[in-house]
Amino acid sequence: MKQLEVTFIVDPVLSGDEIQATAQTYVDLLKNNGCTIVHVDDMGLRTLAFPIRKRNSGVYFCIEFQTPTGSIIDNMELALRRDERIMRFLTVKLDKYGVKYNEDKRNGLIGKKSRRQDKKEAAPAVAAPVAPVAPAVEAPVVKAPLAEEEE
Amino acid sequence: MATSKDDIKFLSNPKIGQKRKKYCRFRRFGIKYIDYKDPSFLIQFVNEQGKILPRRITGNSLKYQRKVTVAIKRARHLSLMPYVTDLLK
Repeated sequence: MKQLEVTFIVDPVLSGDEIQATAQTYVDLLKNNGCTIVHVDDMGLRTLAFPIRKRNSGVYFCIEFQTPTGSIIDNMELALRRDERIMRFLTVKLDKYGVKYNEDKRNGLIGKKSRRQDKKEAAPAVAAPVAPVAPAVEAPVVKAPLAEEEE
Repeated sequence: MATSKDDIKFLSNPKIGQKRKKYCRFRRFGIKYIDYKDPSFLIQFVNEQGKILPRRITGNSLKYQRKVTVAIKRARHLSLMPYVTDLLK
């Protein structure tokens, strides 16, 4: 089983229902071809860093899925390329850290606190293993900031 | 510790002129995965024109500099970060 994610930008000129329907098309396409959908992330309307097809904003979607063979990817990308409603897409294979990162992100472990706070907390976490005998009390302190820092 | 550095009074700040050692933040804070969908994080590794900063400035280790580079390039493709710009920061 490989875990992949495909991010794509939908044309913002379409109505809200049409945008959702576009995303749903690809969720269904993957499902019908034996893939397990892990998560569909609606990242919402964002301003583009540079115009694509004379549009200055786009609706971002990210589908995370598991596939047994990976043969569907070519078909999916072909469909995305032919689709007029899709402005850009990117398919990425996730390594084990990527899978864990996305899981943490869904559970709200990442991005809750500001980066400044995280760094303050992470500093003692680094110092802790250096101490000769790490008492059990320190253990949770070590664990928590590490997960949060992964932004 | 009877006399720590805080107790001694200096005429001028002794920290001025000292070079702070650079370090790889990914190794220090245990960051394993760099998300290409998070432009606010990646913006730390580019200059005002949107060019990727070299390791000698960011202090990243080679392994993570490569990952940063890939993540920035992916973000650019998805128009989350600009290829060329001015006054990014």
